[in-house]
Amino acid sequence: MTETLTNPVLTLLRLIPGVETLSDGMQVLLSGFLAGVILFAFIAVFALYAVYLERKVAGHVQDRLGPMEVGWHGLLQTIADAIKLLNKEDFAPKDVDTKLFTLAPFLVFMTALSVFVVFPYDSQVSIANLNIGIFYVIAISSIAVPAVIMAGWSSNNKWSLFGAMRSAAQIVSYEIPVGLSIICVIMVVGHMGMQEIVEFQGGGFWKWVIFRSFPFNFIAFFIFFLGSLAEVNRTPFDLPEAESELVAGFMTEYSGMRWAFFFLAEYGNMLAVGLVGAALFLGGWQPPFEFLSFVPGWLWFILKALVLIFVQIWLRWTLPRLRVDQLMYVCWKVLVPFAFVCIIGVGLWEVLT
Amino acid sequence: MPEIKTEDVYIELGRHPKAGFAAEDLILQMGPQHPSTHGVLRLECVTDGEIIKKAVPKIGYLHRCFDKHAENENWQQVIPYTDRIDYLASMNQNFSYAITVEKLMDIEIPERAEYIRVIVSELQRIASHLIAFGTYGLDMGAFTPFLYAFRDRETILDFFEKICGGRLLYNYIWIGGVSHDLYDGFKEECMKFLDYFEEKIHNEYNPLLSFNKIFIERTANVGIITPEQAIDYGLTGPCLRGSGIDWDLRRDDPYSIYDRFDFEVIVGKGEKGTVGDSWDRYMVRIWEMVESIRIIRQALQQIPEGDIISEKVGKVVKVPKGEVYGRTETPRGELGFYLISEGGKGPARLKSRSPCFSNLCVIEEMSQGYMLADLVAILASIDIVLGCIDR
Amino acid sequence: MGRYFRDIYISVFTVLKGMYVTMLHFFSKSVTVQYPKERLEIPKGSRNQLLNIIEDCIGCDQCVRACPVNCIYMETIKSFEGDELGETSTGRKKSLWIPSFTIDMAKCCFCGLCTYPCPTECLIMTDVYEYSKHDRNDLIFEFADLDPIKAAELREKDAIRKKEKEAAKLAKLKAKEAAAKAKAEKEAAEEGKTPEKKPEDNPDKKTDNSGEENS
Repeated sequence: MTETLTNPVLTLLRLIPGVETLSDGMQVLLSGFLAGVILFAFIAVFALYAVYLERKVAGHVQDRLGPMEVGWHGLLQTIADAIKLLNKEDFAPKDVDTKLFTLAPFLVFMTALSVFVVFPYDSQVSIANLNIGIFYVIAISSIAVPAVIMAGWSSNNKWSLFGAMRSAAQIVSYEIPVGLSIICVIMVVGHMGMQEIVEFQGGGFWKWVIFRSFPFNFIAFFIFFLGSLAEVNRTPFDLPEAESELVAGFMTEYSGMRWAFFFLAEYGNMLAVGLVGAALFLGGWQPPFEFLSFVPGWLWFILKALVLIFVQIWLRWTLPRLRVDQLMYVCWKVLVPFAFVCIIGVGLWEVLT
Repeated sequence: MPEIKTEDVYIELGRHPKAGFAAEDLILQMGPQHPSTHGVLRLECVTDGEIIKKAVPKIGYLHRCFDKHAENENWQQVIPYTDRIDYLASMNQNFSYAITVEKLMDIEIPERAEYIRVIVSELQRIASHLIAFGTYGLDMGAFTPFLYAFRDRETILDFFEKICGGRLLYNYIWIGGVSHDLYDGFKEECMKFLDYFEEKIHNEYNPLLSFNKIFIERTANVGIITPEQAIDYGLTGPCLRGSGIDWDLRRDDPYSIYDRFDFEVIVGKGEKGTVGDSWDRYMVRIWEMVESIRIIRQALQQIPEGDIISEKVGKVVKVPKGEVYGRTETPRGELGFYLISEGGKGPARLKSRSPCFSNLCVIEEMSQGYMLADLVAILASIDIVLGCIDR
Repeated sequence: MGRYFRDIYISVFTVLKGMYVTMLHFFSKSVTVQYPKERLEIPKGSRNQLLNIIEDCIGCDQCVRACPVNCIYMETIKSFEGDELGETSTGRKKSLWIPSFTIDMAKCCFCGLCTYPCPTECLIMTDVYEYSKHDRNDLIFEFADLDPIKAAELREKDAIRKKEKEAAKLAKLKAKEAAAKAKAEKEAAEEGKTPEKKPEDNPDKKTDNSGEENS
């Protein structure tokens, strides 16, 4: 951790009286705990309102209104739902592999949570500014695959197993186009740290990576967006949960709070890919115009991510879903070749200019 | 507990212990509680991973003894039960029963009643096809078309509620006519709705779902029923026409006053894939809605004033002795009633030939070799109603 | 290769078209109503809960016979001499006591067949559709307004009358058996009184089958 950065966790840690007297190990432990609490609260609050947004968008797309009862225009509806989920019986079906069954939702949630550590929330603000930030994001998000397989396998349910296998195949496959499209960004920026990538894009929206080496990074952005849709299991790539085919996929046997953790993880992942997309391609906390820099950076960052999330939700309520083989076709025969072309294009562009 | 050796398991499974482990088929029970079996159908699937080797429909979860029940009711009382055969197209079921009994009684019914019957049954056809369209979208993972379909179906149900008081089960088409006359202003409201709805088909349903590339990829070349298969299995309705066979009872065995209207019989042409695939069956329904709009427009323009129920049918329906088979084209195909009357107060024997049952039978043959997701597409393209299958 | 790019083009194009269609709906008015707060107007003649205006009911039993699911149960007792039953609002004279008129709305299939034959139009389908109950038995609605004490009295009286009639009938039979032709004229005077047939509830004659299934 470089001292020039403002670390919200360390700032908070210093506010605790008598923290200096603790040993270094304890301080690290405490800061880790604090980071976890902050991120959990952040994701939980985001998930509550992302669900609200999703339901409202769905409602208005479908000529309905969505939740209207709890709170003003249903603003507290998701909180009421969460309380209901918390009150539910902690229930595991007979013949499940209890250890894996219990562990899986937390592992899935953990991966969703860990990703948030490296994001550059504002100029000089991030919890941990790794110099391999984006690499860390890709690596950590892969842990979700075994967790999902654990959930599907331990449920002792054929639908769950189908969902888990589909999910594993899908996430593993789609990491390749996503990784390739991220390489396009790294080739332009020349650095893997998230903070550095965002700093590189300062000075107006035309300096954003998405408009660099046009049109290759532009295409790379779409590849990244589609791949991220698949990685977070959103329509049209929501095969692992395809409710009309697999009932609920790998979550079939989960209920109550365990299910809520999957749910939180799903929305956490949605936010994560939104933030990654915003940081890599859309300039992160950089304002689109210099004169708009009075608006705090974190607001820009979140706003850009929310736009991407909105498009995700919009797509979900528009499109049917693909079939497994078509999913693989899109990945290997469309996205991967295009991503390679983008890499070559960006490379040539960078060499020639 | 005795120790179980792996070799014993192999022997028990009928394999040589040294043959090693061989992959087994997965037996998957799809239903009776499953989101896309459209009710309480159970499909016993033998799959190899996601590939369906065999899917056998198991029915009977919704059996209500309609045929037997009808023997204990009088002629009039059977009508509410016919509503429940196919609860998404009750008007057509009423219609079918009524014309069968009328055939046996050999009576003419008033002109106005005939027109009203055609109008309501074509409206019902639109409502039923809307459900087929919406649930197809839902099964393919698109939620929004479903809600749009229900929005427009709601208007049709409002018409029916205003006409006869029922929203889903009408008991409207009676022996000898219909129970209520159309209300004032129906013609204008209906015309307005038809204009609105035709625009919606072209500008909303088709771009959103029908011609969506993902949807086409999911349905074209999936679940192909060849014309020969379709005839062998006795398919009727959109499933038969989807296979390219030009057969519609409204035109080929005209009942009621269908011969007075100008409409086309929609046939699957295999535009996006092969003739007889799921997309063809789906599109037949979409274009049939447009044809129904044409029929209703003509009927609304021609409808005369007059009685709505035949005077020859008294308070108590008296049916002479005899046997008769009457059939109509419902949204799902040919619904026929075979009636035996012994001159009593009700049918001595009633047998209904429901379209969904014959249509479902073909699924075992056509689903082989497709993926699990395709099975859902095939099932939805047949557009089954379990009430109609089990009766 | 051409097809490959064409497919991609069509996919992107149709997806964008679909997104355009859904986008238009962001700005369109909602078609739903917020149910408990707003309600749709129920059209005239809508078929919902049954109501019997017992003041107008003459106990003709036609609705019971019309019902395809046997959800209407009616008990009638023929009036006794000197009973004043009054008239219906249409001026029809009543001649039957109705100690019980019960409709089991859990069985009702809302076909409306019972309302058509009603000669005094006292059995009607109202626009009340919110009558959910926690117990199925709460859905059995009793419409008869006869005082239970009075009803019991009537039933007792009716039983006595029946017994008398049966006794008379028996006596008649015995007399016939005795072939006493001399008494035949005397009995002929009494013959105008045929024994009253009392319609009885027959709830388990047929299975109820009024459930509606949803797809």
